[in-house]
Amino acid sequence: MKSHYLLVLSLTLSVAWSANTYAQLAIHGDIIYTSAGESIKDGMLVIRDGKISTIGKASEIRVPDGFRTIKAAVVTPGLIDSHCTVGLSGILNYDHDQDQIERSSPVQPQLRALDAYNSHEELVEWVRSFGITTIHTGHAPGELISGQTLVTKTIGNTVDDNLLCESRALAATLASVALKSGASSPGTRGKMMAMLRAELIKAQEYHSKVQAAEASEEQDPPPRDLRLETLSKVLARELPLMITAHRAQDINNALRLAREFNMEVWLDGGAEAYLLVDEIKQAGVPVIVHPTMIRPNGEYENFSFETAATLAKAGIPIALQAGYEAYVPKTRVVLFEAGMAAANGLSFQQALNAITIDAARLLKIDDRVGSLEVGKDGDVALYDGDPFEYTSHCIGVIINGKVVSEIKR
Amino acid sequence: MKFFLLATCIAISCSTALANSPTIAFKNCQLIPIDGPVIENGTLIVSGTKIKAIGKNDETPIPDDAKVIDVSGKVIMPGLVCTHSHIGGPAAGDRSGPIQPGVRVLDSLNILDSGFRRALAGGLTTLNIMPGSGHLSSGQTVYVKLRFGDVMPSTIEDILYVNDEGAPLGGLKMANGTNSMRDAPFPGTRGRSAYLVREQYIRAREYHSKIVDAEGDPAKLPPRDLHLETLIEAMQGKRIVHHHTHRHDDIITVLRLSKEFGFRVVLHHVSEGWKVADEIAAANVPCSMIMIDSPGGKLEARYLRFETGKILEEAGVRTAFHTDDPILDSRYFLRSAAIAVRAGMSREAALDGLTLAGAEMLDLQDQIGSLTPGKDADFIVLNGDPLSIYTKIQETWVGGERVFDRSDPDDRRYAVGGYGTGHDQSPYFCCYDQKQQGGSK
Repeated sequence: MKSHYLLVLSLTLSVAWSANTYAQLAIHGDIIYTSAGESIKDGMLVIRDGKISTIGKASEIRVPDGFRTIKAAVVTPGLIDSHCTVGLSGILNYDHDQDQIERSSPVQPQLRALDAYNSHEELVEWVRSFGITTIHTGHAPGELISGQTLVTKTIGNTVDDNLLCESRALAATLASVALKSGASSPGTRGKMMAMLRAELIKAQEYHSKVQAAEASEEQDPPPRDLRLETLSKVLARELPLMITAHRAQDINNALRLAREFNMEVWLDGGAEAYLLVDEIKQAGVPVIVHPTMIRPNGEYENFSFETAATLAKAGIPIALQAGYEAYVPKTRVVLFEAGMAAANGLSFQQALNAITIDAARLLKIDDRVGSLEVGKDGDVALYDGDPFEYTSHCIGVIINGKVVSEIKR
Repeated sequence: MKFFLLATCIAISCSTALANSPTIAFKNCQLIPIDGPVIENGTLIVSGTKIKAIGKNDETPIPDDAKVIDVSGKVIMPGLVCTHSHIGGPAAGDRSGPIQPGVRVLDSLNILDSGFRRALAGGLTTLNIMPGSGHLSSGQTVYVKLRFGDVMPSTIEDILYVNDEGAPLGGLKMANGTNSMRDAPFPGTRGRSAYLVREQYIRAREYHSKIVDAEGDPAKLPPRDLHLETLIEAMQGKRIVHHHTHRHDDIITVLRLSKEFGFRVVLHHVSEGWKVADEIAAANVPCSMIMIDSPGGKLEARYLRFETGKILEEAGVRTAFHTDDPILDSRYFLRSAAIAVRAGMSREAALDGLTLAGAEMLDLQDQIGSLTPGKDADFIVLNGDPLSIYTKIQETWVGGERVFDRSDPDDRRYAVGGYGTGHDQSPYFCCYDQKQQGGSK
């Protein structure tokens, strides 16, 4: 009885609290890039209770009384980083703040970014101050299967506060960073693929046993196995397998694996993806293209600044990312990477889409974010000029209708 | 100070400056001379390896024998000077000890490294190539001019700056902070780092006293010591110390050592330079900055800010930029200045920091760094504002020769490709140019 009463009270309080925290906002932009069709010159965007309630020509929209109006030269949707390790790979770069890779075993699908993401990490604030409101983050490339990724907004006291998806993809690596030396496995590319196939076949068998137990009262289900459960989701196409691969041969291996197990695969990195345009297109696989300014050594040595443009021209879905950095800068800023892609063959709108709506579609969060449309979350970035231009500034960031950054950066 | 500024030679370029050297006039462009105001509708006249004249179109007569190139809509500025680069595979001091000033980076460089061509695509024409920061002093740096003209350099000698005795010009690399702290015989603390450096400079002073006291008598001269000889050059101001330093207290330590031993120093990286800008200004010491996209990655860079350039400029510190290539790719060097402008540095100081300020930090300002008659004809041709992300470097010229041309498919590979492009040691031969040229996979 008492607990029931408390529950009702707390629900009431939380509703009141959240209503109070929504600043009722209007944003007046010299130009609003909506990522949903035409941009709007002299546009107005109204956010009510955290959601976009109206968008259109400023001359045709009456801002409700009591709403704060913010002006900016350029307004875009809150930006989305399609793949980074922010929140797991901390600013200090000491062992104790580096949770992006677990070295105890090469295949650990059971690891969840959810349990590793530090919502107070300083680099979350850093990327947010450039207009990045949503990140797809998690375990880094570096092990054959390193763990599950999550999607969150770049604000929140705990990881749970603004989670968009607690398990978005399973991160796998088919690149030399996942190779081991000495007697440890995998030591070769052949062994990497053999180990992945063996694990996926084990998961198929596990899944068969689970299904058999569900169908029959006589058969007990197998003991729960968190590794194989996760891989079963991949096999059921519930969980995409994000495969980091740079060399053409590794990309081709990833496509072969996708065919054999009928998985939803995302290519990550893809330094040599331009060599396999037809194959990638035929496979229907999207590419989260490596940061445009990645250091092009090692497996990136045949990279091109123009890969994003080449893939986009061929009609392959792309998104852009900040990726993972082991040293300095500890994180890249996906706004800068998109700008450099726009300066190397992508159109302005293609580059903006690659960090807004196209990224949202890839991450399956486009019902909430990625464009400025009525009903979507009030996530907005404000700039004092072309957002991609070196000397422009992000002057404001809004998440769920709340101003979360007013740093001019 | 001035005496060896004058000594910095023009020797290399003299050899190709033939009497009948061609004169080329670039007309109808915007000229950014750096040492003077921007000139709209300007003409730049190059004769042989040198800049002959610069001015407004109507005030700059073009000689009859000149080849005239109409560069309407383009911008010309001096070739970029990178005060801190690791192109060419530099490796000087080894792991045997923390202070190795006698070791020359010159002896480790690979002229076939594709990084030189990428640097040209980024508009860099002069580099200070440094050994690493894992030592208190990892050795001597070397200043190079990227003479990749019609006659490609075949040895590292072909790209050196030399004095009038033909000796290569360069500085001395030093470092403090965490990079050079490691297991013995390296220092484990900052206190020991400074002590080890002081001890060596004191030995060098004593060594120098013996040489002076010997008054040229071979019997009295001490045995030659290459390490100490180098430190003497530093104390005499003949060899500038290029000092890696990030944290505010490490910066102050460098200033203290510089004062005690009288070596001329350029502070490199200066992540926390903004905290001690007034102290740096009071010491009249220049800074070369690196612009990194986020703070952190190492404890010393945790408080790195885009505003460092603005704050140093306001304090009156002379500032340049560097790539630290491969930390920043040479092809984004213009971007470094633009990011500083984003954070409040003046456009003039930022462009100066890519060119003339850097030249001064290498004692090469009489020869390069601005579009000034008499200086080397090292310049870049851009299709727009140098601080715009959309601008591309169309051409790079060194000593009056075009060394990069974006419209040339071979050169263009170096502007857009990775380390594999044209690399003599590529372990994995592939692909971009083949695909672009319609070759088989």
